Amino acid sequence: MRVRLKRRLRPLTWAGHLFVPASIIAALALGALLFGVVGINPARAYLEMLIGGFGSFYNFSETLVRATPLILCGLSVGLASKMLIWNIGAEGQLVMGGIAGSGVALFGSAYIPSALLIPAILIAGFVGGAVWALIPAFLKARLKVNEIITSLMLNYVAILYLEHLYFGPWRDPAGRGFPGTAMFPDGAWLTRFFGTRIHLGLILGLAAAVLIWFLLSYTRWGYEISVIGANLQAALYARMNITHNILWVMAISGGLAGLAGICETAGIHYRLQQGLAVGNGYLGIIVAWLGRLQPGAIVIISILLGGLMVGGDQVQIALHVPSSISLALQGAILFCVLAGQVFREYEWVIETEKV
Amino acid sequence: MSLSIDKTHPTILMKGICKRFPGVVANQEIDLRILKGEIHSLLGENGAGKTTLMNLLSGVYQPDAGEIFVNGKRVSFRSPRDALDHGIGMIHQHFQLVDNFTVAENIVLGMPGPVRFDAAAIEKTVSELSNRYGLSIDSRARIWELSVGEQQRVEILRMLYRNVDVLIMDEPTAVLSPQEIERLFIIMRRIRDEGRSIIFITHKLEEVLEVSDYITVLRRGKVMSTVRPEKLKGKDGAVSRELARMMVGREVILEVGKDPCNTKGRLLGVEKLSVRGDRGELAVKEISFSVKVGEIFAILGVAGNGQRELVEALTGLRPIESGRVLLEDDDMGAGLERVAYIPEDRNRRGCVLDMPLVENFALTQRRQFTRGPFMRWKDIAREVRRSVADFNIAAAGIDMKARQLSGGNLQKLILARAFSQKPFLLIAEQPTRGLDIGATEDIWKAILRQREKGGILLISGDLKEVLSLADNILVIFRGQVMDIISCEDEEKIGDVGLLMAGVRRKQ
Amino acid sequence: MEAAFILIAKITIASSMAVLYATIGEIFTERSGVLNLGVEGMMLIGALAAFVATQSLQSLWLGTVIAMLAGGLFAMIHGLFTITLRVNQVVSGLALTLFGIGLTNFLGRPFIGKLSLKFEPFALFPLNKIPIVGEIFFTQSALVYPAYLLVPAAYVFLFKTRFGLQLRAVGENPAAADTVGISVFATRYLYVFAGGALSGLGGAYLSLAYTPGWKEQMTGGQGWIAIALVIFAMWDPLKAAAGALLFGFINAFQFYCQAAGITLIPSYILRMLPYLFTIGVLAVITHWKSAKMRVGAPDALGVPFERE
Repeated sequence: MRVRLKRRLRPLTWAGHLFVPASIIAALALGALLFGVVGINPARAYLEMLIGGFGSFYNFSETLVRATPLILCGLSVGLASKMLIWNIGAEGQLVMGGIAGSGVALFGSAYIPSALLIPAILIAGFVGGAVWALIPAFLKARLKVNEIITSLMLNYVAILYLEHLYFGPWRDPAGRGFPGTAMFPDGAWLTRFFGTRIHLGLILGLAAAVLIWFLLSYTRWGYEISVIGANLQAALYARMNITHNILWVMAISGGLAGLAGICETAGIHYRLQQGLAVGNGYLGIIVAWLGRLQPGAIVIISILLGGLMVGGDQVQIALHVPSSISLALQGAILFCVLAGQVFREYEWVIETEKV
Repeated sequence: MSLSIDKTHPTILMKGICKRFPGVVANQEIDLRILKGEIHSLLGENGAGKTTLMNLLSGVYQPDAGEIFVNGKRVSFRSPRDALDHGIGMIHQHFQLVDNFTVAENIVLGMPGPVRFDAAAIEKTVSELSNRYGLSIDSRARIWELSVGEQQRVEILRMLYRNVDVLIMDEPTAVLSPQEIERLFIIMRRIRDEGRSIIFITHKLEEVLEVSDYITVLRRGKVMSTVRPEKLKGKDGAVSRELARMMVGREVILEVGKDPCNTKGRLLGVEKLSVRGDRGELAVKEISFSVKVGEIFAILGVAGNGQRELVEALTGLRPIESGRVLLEDDDMGAGLERVAYIPEDRNRRGCVLDMPLVENFALTQRRQFTRGPFMRWKDIAREVRRSVADFNIAAAGIDMKARQLSGGNLQKLILARAFSQKPFLLIAEQPTRGLDIGATEDIWKAILRQREKGGILLISGDLKEVLSLADNILVIFRGQVMDIISCEDEEKIGDVGLLMAGVRRKQ
Repeated sequence: MEAAFILIAKITIASSMAVLYATIGEIFTERSGVLNLGVEGMMLIGALAAFVATQSLQSLWLGTVIAMLAGGLFAMIHGLFTITLRVNQVVSGLALTLFGIGLTNFLGRPFIGKLSLKFEPFALFPLNKIPIVGEIFFTQSALVYPAYLLVPAAYVFLFKTRFGLQLRAVGENPAAADTVGISVFATRYLYVFAGGALSGLGGAYLSLAYTPGWKEQMTGGQGWIAIALVIFAMWDPLKAAAGALLFGFINAFQFYCQAAGITLIPSYILRMLPYLFTIGVLAVITHWKSAKMRVGAPDALGVPFERE
């Protein structure tokens, strides 16, 4: 008797949509195991997480704040992935965006009229990330170098440069305890809303999602990206300019991540400091895949994951569990969703010997 | 590994075999009997189920129903290895060879032996075996260095090394020139005379008549009949038609009524064109020809003689080493807009299988259907609907994914897309490869209709197709022009087979 | 002068070990046709497992063995997803890394700190008496010496034995291997495990010998560098050793500059060197390779195998 995976004769349709929630439940079960390992009641832990993330207006606002860089990084990775480019460098692009924008905020505010200061900072952030992404993009397009490794190496380079800046030449002369630059002038602070920490970045993220959805569905550029990602041979046959598209997609992808970086900096921290590179770039990868590269889903998943992490902080305070549980949980969710996707197309088959 | 000879049982007996795939029944209640020391042909159109049946016999698939007996004993193969252990080996259409390995390494792969790999000793053994059967293979050569014919002989050598009793060959002649086919038949007869059996899968009637001891005809997954070639008496023409009728189910006379061509000026001029192939060698050597407006010009040759590189150079997908390409006396580059190209590999290059028909249609039509940066999906949809009607494409709706269309319908869509480009020059590469007779007729008629509107460059290895459609034929061999023949020159047409194999008739 | 040269050479070897083990492991995995980008995660798992096991069992060698087992088992997750479930190998590998980082961050929190037990360098008598070479190669810590045997053994295994031939066949043309009766699945699972075990060994080397102790993300990207080195080595263990030594040299150079107080190159740029070096090396080899070189990746690398 043998158990084997066989391709389904007819792929599932509506039943197929059940797999995503089923996978998430499977992942939560795995998480419960992890909680058990450290001796915590899983039910209580999950309850605390739920309340912590969504239980009140303030908690939800914190979730949205946490989700903002996720939306932007998720869109960043998602857009590149549509063309089968693995932008693992979102973390470094985020950092470079933060650096570029901070540069303008710290040293340019004297020269730029106050009405244009925030747009200038945001544009600088976008450009900083875009330029950083163009390095691996150029290497890939011209020299065919694997973009996964180059963009990843540049993450480490970017973080080292960041540290050098706020420990060195851009160090806060006032010498505040926490390592970082001086505070930005007031004119460079992003507006906040509703008396919470929700800032302009969220609006930008949502706008970016809508814009990207529109670009992909209705423009020729979006169409070309879809084709290149779906079938490179066909794209070459149709005489699409691959190099052109690689560079543009990576530039925008890097720009989005850079935007995430400057929004965190100018919206939450108000200075360039340690704590900018906390892994949003990598989380963007998870968000993009879970959202199956659709902008709308990416926004929703970002909010859910934001809630998971804010809730995780709550669990840490309430139950003394390290908040990195949420990171492990996310990895588990990713695997379960991957498995779920497989079962849409394949089924288990038990084969017996005929007597 | 040779099993004892059992006079009362056939070597292979397949009873009631059924196999289903998503959307299609490949084999239905098939019975097959193979005796010792015979060449048994499995004849049928593409999609008849021949390859699937043999995949079941050689252990690649497992049957959904039915039984297989080897020398009277019931067997159930879980893998190709199982089948090999029972003396059954299959040579597939796409060779199962490791390109980067040597011949010797490929042959000995998977066989038991010492841990430390003694390359020299194995190479010697393989060379001896090769000489015994007249296969002339250098056991130290790497597979990617060998020609297609030589690679096939390596496959045969591999099966002989394992001492198979039953050798299955799937469309072995598809990639061979007429000379190489004759050589293959000699080798096959030698193997048969030793007492082994050969199952020969093909769709070519002439070959079947030449080499078979027995013929089984399959159609749409069922066995139509099993006959000995002698039983069908009469002149060769009469016998072929009988078999063809069994294969297809109706009288098949592939005539499409071609009017004499009415040519005007020169459309495409190719002057001493040379193009480099993937490995740096010259794949196309100083080819010159011209295509006139209103004619169908065919480039005829066995696949792999430079046609692919030539077409890629003409369509701008490959750089030109030397020579010129002129479209209506202007350099080709500017004129590419008015050239429509239908690639041989329609699934991989010509379309995106997972996208709906509408999006596939837009593939080559991007410039026509955009307003600024935006795609005019509504207009494209309208065009697709019109094409579906005009070309009689069987599709449930324009939102269907391309993957769901049959081969013939997909090719019709690609053709429709090319024609809607209002091209001046149409380059069609093996347009009816893998299609059944009905779809082939439709495509041929559509191509002939297009002839008046411009010119057509047809690349094909199918003699019948070329003779039915072309006004002028260029025979290509190893990247060079063997001859350019008009369709009305009967004497030269007779030599076409030789020309394809590289033999020039001495004057 | 000679003392400086010997010192740099010794540190070169010591710093190249973790990456060397991981690279050889990944070569085996990729030779079977499976791309495993989870090396960083596997090394971290190995490092943490080695630390925790050594701490609890008070035995360095047991800790090392457990680390290898842990790395291998962790890799099997990737194996399950990519071989049996045929998930996209890039996605699965990245998920493995993220999962590994998250898991080790989470589980390792209580263990952050130094270890009392560690592998100290010792002299391998009498080989260390060879002038210069003896000092450099044979006064290293215990986990270095197996590498001297592993590299040539891996080479011989891959290119001169029947099993190596089967492994390479599975990676080049799994359908062909399947036809002659080699189990593609079994082969791939075996070498994915082996790759994970070797990566785990690399991680164990870090936490037990090189920078003894446990710190979050202590591999610092060496897993990714290993993946790049596999390409640089063109899937050949001997070239991998060369690449690893090159990487080790960059590290040693950086240490020496910082220790000797050479301020010509600012320290943050020194620390960037390994990563920049990896990019450079990758760019050079990819560009050079794409021009007419036949030796490249196993043909079926990254492609799931499906018979039906």
